[in-house]
Amino acid sequence: MAEINMVTAINQALAELLASDPRVVLLGEDIGVNGGVFRVTEGLYERFGRDRVMDTPLAESGILGAAIGMAVGGLRPIAEIQFMGFLYPGLDQLISHAGRIRHRSLGALSVPMVVRIPYGGGIRAPEQHADSAEAYLVHTPGLKVVVPSTPYDAKGLLYAALAQDSPVAFLEPIRLYRLGRMEVPEGPYQVPIGPSRVAREGRDLSLFAWGAMVPLALACAEEIAREDGAEVEVVDLRTLAPVDVEGIGRSVRKTGRAVVVHEAPMTGGVGAEVVATINETAFWWLKAPVARVTGFDLPYPPYAWEEFYLPGSKRLLKALRETLRE
Amino acid sequence: METWPIYRVMGPDANDEDRVPDPVKVKIYEDMVLLRTFDEKTITLQRQGRVGTFPPSIGQEASEIASAHALSKEDWLAPSYRDHGALYVHGVPFENVILFAMGKASSISGQVRALPTSIPIATHLPHAVGLAWAARRQGEAVVAMAYFGDGGTSEGDFHEALNFAGVLKAPVIFFCQNNGWAISVPVRWQTASPTLAQKALAYGVHGQRVDGNDALAVYQAVKAARERALAGEGPTLIEALTYRLGPHTTADDPSRYRPLEEWEVWRQRDPLVRLGRYLAERGLLSEAEQAAIQERARAWINRAVEAAEATPPVDPTAMFRYLYAEPPPRLLAQMQALQEEIG
Repeated sequence: MAEINMVTAINQALAELLASDPRVVLLGEDIGVNGGVFRVTEGLYERFGRDRVMDTPLAESGILGAAIGMAVGGLRPIAEIQFMGFLYPGLDQLISHAGRIRHRSLGALSVPMVVRIPYGGGIRAPEQHADSAEAYLVHTPGLKVVVPSTPYDAKGLLYAALAQDSPVAFLEPIRLYRLGRMEVPEGPYQVPIGPSRVAREGRDLSLFAWGAMVPLALACAEEIAREDGAEVEVVDLRTLAPVDVEGIGRSVRKTGRAVVVHEAPMTGGVGAEVVATINETAFWWLKAPVARVTGFDLPYPPYAWEEFYLPGSKRLLKALRETLRE
Repeated sequence: METWPIYRVMGPDANDEDRVPDPVKVKIYEDMVLLRTFDEKTITLQRQGRVGTFPPSIGQEASEIASAHALSKEDWLAPSYRDHGALYVHGVPFENVILFAMGKASSISGQVRALPTSIPIATHLPHAVGLAWAARRQGEAVVAMAYFGDGGTSEGDFHEALNFAGVLKAPVIFFCQNNGWAISVPVRWQTASPTLAQKALAYGVHGQRVDGNDALAVYQAVKAARERALAGEGPTLIEALTYRLGPHTTADDPSRYRPLEEWEVWRQRDPLVRLGRYLAERGLLSEAEQAAIQERARAWINRAVEAAEATPPVDPTAMFRYLYAEPPPRLLAQMQALQEEIG
């Protein structure tokens, strides 16, 4: 089995899906001839042609709106939004339509589309290229939201996303695109949407993370094991909507302590949802208040500040130690 | 310099021949009567508190009905909130429209090839492009038609959709009913363009103005746009010039913003009266036959209202049923909680 990075894993899944299902259509800005600004769609235009791998006009609402129509009309569109910071002109299509058409038609129509969205910071990108806007999506009924943190999960979640009868936002952590390789099987397989993944077992504290925060969480867990002799369980949520209520509760009932870490601003973030879920499923097992380690309540700053803005090991280790001490 | 003449088939200013088959003309008339009758009845029901807020299309029946008659049932409709008339022609029964006005049903029903009516303005236009593209990809000889109004042409999605459709040469028709008013804002405050049809020019899309109160002109214009789309000649923007004789919805009072003199002028151009006279003059439908059609429509609509009002109250937990093929555990828990709450 070949060891590949996340970009290659997603590219492989897209190529296999295009080859095996004539309903699959890719559309987005610069995804064709240029192969995508991150090269995720490289080689697909040459192989499948302009009708399957469509370079669209520069219009996010148009892209998502057209994808909705394609999905209702029987295709399986996979739209790309170039950066999450450019999603907002198209957000209305997801909120007002993609997430609602099944409900508003009382099940007569469905919108089986996938929206791939590179997101997150840590790559010294220009302004407005590093947003983590998952909370807007998670708050939208009807929309499923997944975030892989490994090449294996990226491919398997993409297969699962395309098999849904619902629109799925597929968030790709830019920082992890080329950060590491692992064995990824060729051919189809699904990583189910919904269940979280225990990335590291532990008995003393549950650390919830997704996307680019997962490697940070794992590194901090190792350091805590080494320096403090405590075992942190790292739970990669992988699916943010519908969130794994059972998985969150199960882990915290075991450990009695929890920390949640995300890049997005704190207020109204998905971390708050995780804390509330812990409250509902594991409150009586808690030995300490649940901590949140997040980006600040600021727009993502120019990159000279990003090392101070993003949750890093110093901030996360402090929160872990305080929570373990209580 | 391109000019934008108004396409007409009926009356002294006609600039094309009537090629609409006689039975189709009569059917269009019958459906226009049905829509007028339905709207008048539903306004009354709303005043009596028997249905919720309702957007009548009185004055726009020619545009609503004739446009939809020019389509095939296999074509896709992307309607807005005032398009129950077009939806009816496409296959959604009026009983369903009443149930929708009662908040008890979807705006679409059965196997009709239509999206639910878009309530936000013009954001459904890109959907029509996608539907048209999907149909072409799958080798179907069908078009998609989006319905919207003059106000919709100010929205970004109008421009994104026309631009997309032009680039893709998608088989789509953008059917704009310019009824003069976007709630209280007149067209001249909506745009500095002398016409709405000319906006097509910027996108390499065919644009046409049509007398929207001339049912036969509307029918032939949409037919021609459909044929052009199916021949691979790309999308069309049709501006149908009509007038909303009633309120935007039952929740507003047009006398607050609209001059009575203007309304008087357009009342004289009532599309229903106009088509009725045209059919009578040609011996296709006598005045007595028209009166009988109106009588039948009233009886039929009354029965539809009775049927709708006889439906049982909604099942409270039914609203959980449709959002996902398989509701996630938390949603199921919420449904069970509601079930317990209501006992």
